[in-house]
Amino acid sequence: MQNKMVVSDIEREFIDLYKENRSMFEAKTSAPVNEVRKSGIRDFERLGIPGKKDENYKNTPLQPIFRNGYRKYIEQKMVEFNLANVFQCDIPTLDTHMVLLVNGFFDKKNGDFLKELPSGIIIGSLAAASHEYPELFEKHYGKYASHKDGLVALNSAFAQDGIFLYVPEGSVYKKPIQIVNLVMAKEDIMVQHRNLIIVEKNAEAGVIICDHAMTPYKFLTNSVTEIYTAENAFFDYVRVQNEHNNGVQFSHIFVNQEANSNMTSNIMTLHGGVVRNNVNVLLNGEGAENNSYGLYLVDRKQHVDNYIYIDHAKPNCISNQLYKGVLDDSATGAFNGRILVRKDSQKTHAFQANNNILLTDNAKINTKPQLEIYADDVKCSHGATVGQLDGEALFYMRSRGIPEKEARLIMMFAFAHEIIGNVKTEALLNRINDLVDKRLKGELSPCDNCAMKCY
Amino acid sequence: MNSMLSIKDLRASIEDKEILKGITLEVKEGEVHAIMGPNGSGKSTLASLVAGKELADVTGGSITYLGKNLFDLNPEERSKAGIFLGFQYPTEIPGVTMVNFLKTALNEHRKHKGLEPLSAKDFLKLLREKKDMVEIDSKLTNRSVNAGFSGGEKKKNEIFQMAMLEPKLAILDETDSGLDIDALKIVANGVNKLKRKDNATIIITHYQRLLDYIIPDYVHVLFDGRIVKSGGKELALKLEEKGYEWIRNQVNGN
Ligand SMILES: Nc1ncnc2c1ncn2[C@@H]1O[C@H](COP(=O)(O)OP(=O)(O)OP(=O)(O)O)[C@@H](O)[C@H]1O
Ligand SMILES: [Mg+2]
Repeated sequence: MQNKMVVSDIEREFIDLYKENRSMFEAKTSAPVNEVRKSGIRDFERLGIPGKKDENYKNTPLQPIFRNGYRKYIEQKMVEFNLANVFQCDIPTLDTHMVLLVNGFFDKKNGDFLKELPSGIIIGSLAAASHEYPELFEKHYGKYASHKDGLVALNSAFAQDGIFLYVPEGSVYKKPIQIVNLVMAKEDIMVQHRNLIIVEKNAEAGVIICDHAMTPYKFLTNSVTEIYTAENAFFDYVRVQNEHNNGVQFSHIFVNQEANSNMTSNIMTLHGGVVRNNVNVLLNGEGAENNSYGLYLVDRKQHVDNYIYIDHAKPNCISNQLYKGVLDDSATGAFNGRILVRKDSQKTHAFQANNNILLTDNAKINTKPQLEIYADDVKCSHGATVGQLDGEALFYMRSRGIPEKEARLIMMFAFAHEIIGNVKTEALLNRINDLVDKRLKGELSPCDNCAMKCY
Repeated sequence: MNSMLSIKDLRASIEDKEILKGITLEVKEGEVHAIMGPNGSGKSTLASLVAGKELADVTGGSITYLGKNLFDLNPEERSKAGIFLGFQYPTEIPGVTMVNFLKTALNEHRKHKGLEPLSAKDFLKLLREKKDMVEIDSKLTNRSVNAGFSGGEKKKNEIFQMAMLEPKLAILDETDSGLDIDALKIVANGVNKLKRKDNATIIITHYQRLLDYIIPDYVHVLFDGRIVKSGGKELALKLEEKGYEWIRNQVNGN
C-alpha cells in the first residue's frame, strides 16, 4: 500500500480527535484492544479515507459523505427512551435473547453488560468483555480485521464498545440472539462500534442483527465485526438493515473459518441512504463451508454497494455467494464478488451469482465478478444478470385476473425469496417475509419504528 | 342466443407488418367455434388480442364482448369479465407456486363478484376437486407455475386453471398439441364438462382429432390474416383430408 502524502482536513480532524481523547479510549478498553488501536491510528494516518482512485470504492465515493461534518459520537450519553414504545422491531413470535446498542454503545436497559446464557454462552458489551476476558481478546481481537482499508483502521483507532459474543466449545444454542443496533440523536452523528464473535469448536449459534435509525438526522455508522468459527463450528448471521434515506452505513465484516466450520450470512438491505457492506471471508481450514447471501431492495436515491471477498486459503472448501437486488426509481447499486483460490487450495468449490432487476431506466447497477484462481483442480462458477421483470410472466398472471401491480409484487417477491428462504429460523423467516412484502408494497416506511413519524 | 363476442373487421400489425387483415367473427352463448389455419396465419395473434396482450397494434375494427368495447379493459379486467386464454406456449414463472398463483387469481375473481376470499380449507377442497376433474398430477400444484413442466403438463395446467376460474369465454390455443391420446380425452372431457348454455369456447387447433371429442358448431379457416372460409364440423374433416392447398387456390382465385 502506498504512503499517502496529503492528509485532508477531514482526516486531520479524526487524527486530532484521537489524540485529544486517546486516554479516554484507552481507559474504556483493555490492553489487547488498545494495542490494535495504536496500529489503527498509524494505518489510518497512512491510508486515510479511501479516495476516488481506490478501485474498491469506485462505486461509492466516500469523501462527499464525510464532508457532511457529522459530530463524532465518542462519549456515551444516556438516551432516554422507552424501549417498548419506541421500538417495535422485536420479532413477536420469536423467542430470542435481545441485546441493544445505542449509538454504538452497549445499552444496559435491556440487560447486564455481560450476561451468561444457558449453555455457557456469553453476550454483552465489548468494552466490558475486553477487561473480563483479556486472553480471548489477545487471541482474536484485531486478528481478522485487516487494516488494508483506511475505514477499518479508523474503526480500530476509535472503537470503544460494541457487542461481544462467545459461544464455548460444544455449546449448542438454538434460540437466535438478537442484536439491535439503534442510532438516535438530535443532530447528525457518526458512530463506530466494534463487534467480536467467537464460536468455539463444535459449537452452534446464530445472531440476528437489526439496524435502525430512530430519528430523522444524518447518521454515519462505520462498524467492524470480527467473527471466528473454530473447527466444526456452525454459525448463522442474519442482518436486516432498515435505516432511512439519511442513514449511511459502512459495515465491515471479517470472518475467519477453521476446518469443517460452516457459516452462513444473510444480509438484507431494506432501507438506507448509502450502504456499503464489506464481507471478507477467510476459509482457513479444510472442509470449511461459507454461504454469503444478500438481498437489497432500494428506491429513490438510495445506494447499496456490496463487496464480498472469499479467500480459499485451504483445500476442500466450499463457498456460495448469492446476492440479489431490486432497484427502483433512481437507486444505484454495486456488487463486487471476489474469489481467491490459492495455489494449494485444490478441490475448491466456489460459486457466485448476482442477479438484479431494474424497475426503471434510471436505476443502475454495477456488477463485477473477480476470480483469481491459482489451483488447478477446482470448480468455480460465476454469473451476473441485470434485467427487468419478465413481461410474458406478467401478462400470464394478468390474463388470470391478477392486477398488474399485484403481479409485479408477486414476481419481485419470488425473486427475493431465493435469498429470504435461506433464513433457517421459521419465525424469523416469517417476520422477514412480512417485512420484505411490506417493503415491496411500499408500506414499510423507514420510520415505521420511529415514534416521531416525521417522514 | 345472446351475442358474446363480436369481432368486426379487425386489423392488426406487428412492427408495421399487417398480421390480421380484417377479421369478422361472431360468437354467441353456448357455441363452440374452431379456428384452423396454416402456421403463421394469425390465430395466436387474434387470441392474444382478445386476451389483451399488447403485442400487435390494432389498426382498425372492433372487438365487443358482452356489449362492451374490449379495448377499454386491461387483461386482468377481461379475465374477471370471464375471458380465458389457454396459451399455446404457457409461461414459466419460477418462484411463484401454483397454489399461490391460483389463490390470488381466484380471489381477485371473487372480489370482482363481491364475494369474500375463499377460506384456506375451501380453497384446497376446490383445488382437489378440479385437479381430479382434469386428472392433473397432484404434485404439480406445489411447484412453481409451469416451471419445468413437460409440454403436456403445461397444456393440462391450462385446462386446470380454466376449470378453477370457470370462464364465460374460453379460447384454447392449440391446447391439444403435445398431448398424448389419454390426455387429449381428459382435456376434451374437461372442456365438455365446463360447457354451459351461457358460455362459449373457441378452439384453435391443427387437428380434427380434438374435434371428435369436442363437437364444434362452426369451423373457420384463418388464412393469411383473414377468415376465408367458415362451415360446420365437416369443414375440419375436409381440411384434414385435403390440407390447405385447395383453400390457397380458392383464395388466389385459381
Ligand atoms: N413478436 C413478434 N414479432 C414479429 N412477428 C411476430 C411476432 N409474433 C408473431 N409474429 C408474426 O405474426 C404472424 C402470425 O403469428 P401467429 O403466432 O399469430 O400465428 P399462428 O397462426 O398462431 O401460427 P401457429 O399455427 O404456428 O401457432 C407470423 O408471421 C409471426 O411470425
Ligand atoms: Mg399459434
